[in-house]
Amino acid sequence: MQFALLIYESPEAFASRKSDGTEPYTGAWRAYHKALVESGVFVGGDPLEVPETGTTIKIRGGKHGVQDGPYADTKEQLGGFTIIEVPSLDAALEWAARCPAASSGAVEVRPLAPEIRRRIVE
Amino acid sequence: MNGSDEEKVRRTVERVARESYGRLVAYLSVHTQDLAGAEDALSEALLKALTVWPRDGVPQNPEAWLLTTARHSLIDFFRHQRIVLASELHLLLFTQNSAEATLETNFPDERLKLLFVCAHPAIDPAMHTPLMLQTVLGLDAVRISGAFLASPKTMGQRLVRAKTKIRDGGIRFEVPERQQLSQRLDAVLEAIYAAFGIGWDDMAGADQRGRGLTEEAIWLARVLQQLMPNEAEVGGLLALMLHCEARRAARRGRGGRFVPLSEQDPKFWSLPLIEEAEQHLAEAGKLGRPGPFQLEAAIQSVHAERARGRPVEWKAIVQFYAQLIRLSPTIGRQTGYAAALGEANGPEQGLAVLDALHRDAVSAYQPYWAVRAHLLQRLGTTADASDAYDRAIGLAEDPAIREFLLKKRG
Repeated sequence: MQFALLIYESPEAFASRKSDGTEPYTGAWRAYHKALVESGVFVGGDPLEVPETGTTIKIRGGKHGVQDGPYADTKEQLGGFTIIEVPSLDAALEWAARCPAASSGAVEVRPLAPEIRRRIVE
Repeated sequence: MNGSDEEKVRRTVERVARESYGRLVAYLSVHTQDLAGAEDALSEALLKALTVWPRDGVPQNPEAWLLTTARHSLIDFFRHQRIVLASELHLLLFTQNSAEATLETNFPDERLKLLFVCAHPAIDPAMHTPLMLQTVLGLDAVRISGAFLASPKTMGQRLVRAKTKIRDGGIRFEVPERQQLSQRLDAVLEAIYAAFGIGWDDMAGADQRGRGLTEEAIWLARVLQQLMPNEAEVGGLLALMLHCEARRAARRGRGGRFVPLSEQDPKFWSLPLIEEAEQHLAEAGKLGRPGPFQLEAAIQSVHAERARGRPVEWKAIVQFYAQLIRLSPTIGRQTGYAAALGEANGPEQGLAVLDALHRDAVSAYQPYWAVRAHLLQRLGTTADASDAYDRAIGLAEDPAIREFLLKKRG
């Protein structure tokens, strides 16, 4: 089964990304990525730029609404996503718990929806 | 009644629930074999207590009051469902007034049977500990799901399924016969130790995942020991957990920093707990039936020697691990053996043990990578060590351990 780990990061975590990659933030992520890959569960994923760089568009009643920044106005913001292939939700939760963001932000585990994908792609 | 009185009643209800939950559930379910029914009846009684006790005062024997009330709601349920009860059960549930009062002030402690039901071989071993935590200690499904890293919905369903199996599968509420006892007891001990392990992994006690589970597990082991004083492994398990618990305060340094056992300052260890652990281990030893928990406790006992200013006898620890591996060569034991061997005879010997382990078995086992990294670093093979550190860091859940390993990797 494939799951997306949606990684919500705290403002502090976003802030610590700005340095040159030698800080614990990057070290922890590098190690986590390596563990995912070498355990054979990594499918794909990427970090996202900081939330302020987002632009959100919404169309309601034919009117375009465009706002600067992310859609949801919460403290923790989507900072990236990882897709993993594991046998069960239990296993996905184990990997989510090891994610560096789990102890400072939050990690949402969501199954991918291959059925819907098929309907759209084919 | 004013707010502070209400608060007092609420706390009394909580305390009685905490202390009596398992005894009451055990007693209510032992004849009906219906755990879920017993729990429902008890939670109804607890709810009722929250409204009646503030009005009428806390009864002289709160436990007996809860039992009577829960029993009445069980009777109502059976009447409602028109379930025909076996005569013995009928007698038990419908005993009236005066007899009821005597029965309920000193009803038998059936928790031992309940513990054996929770760890029954017909129940999925992964559910042994969750069932125990819920039925004997009264922990709610949300807290249990956090401890076991399952979704609350899934954990709730699994608990319901396990209880249905107990009721419908005719799993008997009894202490097994002599010839099966040791195997069945192992499952009970494993389940208690699993609860302890979850609490232990939550090193900081900072998040809700494992908070208090170590105390709950020790409490369960104490209950078990009262009920089965002649089982050596029960004493072994209790000694093992007390030894670990004794070091709680030493495991964190300034700012929540992780302090590994070898760097802990023994003056932060609890001497009374170590003393108690040693007593249980010695008494268990006198029974002349060694087992894995006594061996694990013995390993901790060797570490505890540092509290008396003596160095760690790594060779003794190597011997204890070797015996554990002879009983059953789990990855955890082999990793512990490798670490001890590395200290006693040098890193090469420890690494040789690690190299012999199966790749797939260790690929997501964090302690393996941490020990491997440590031994490689001692050998001076920096690049390999740093690779192994990465794996250990990537598999760590605890941010303090992650930080500790990041520093060691350099």
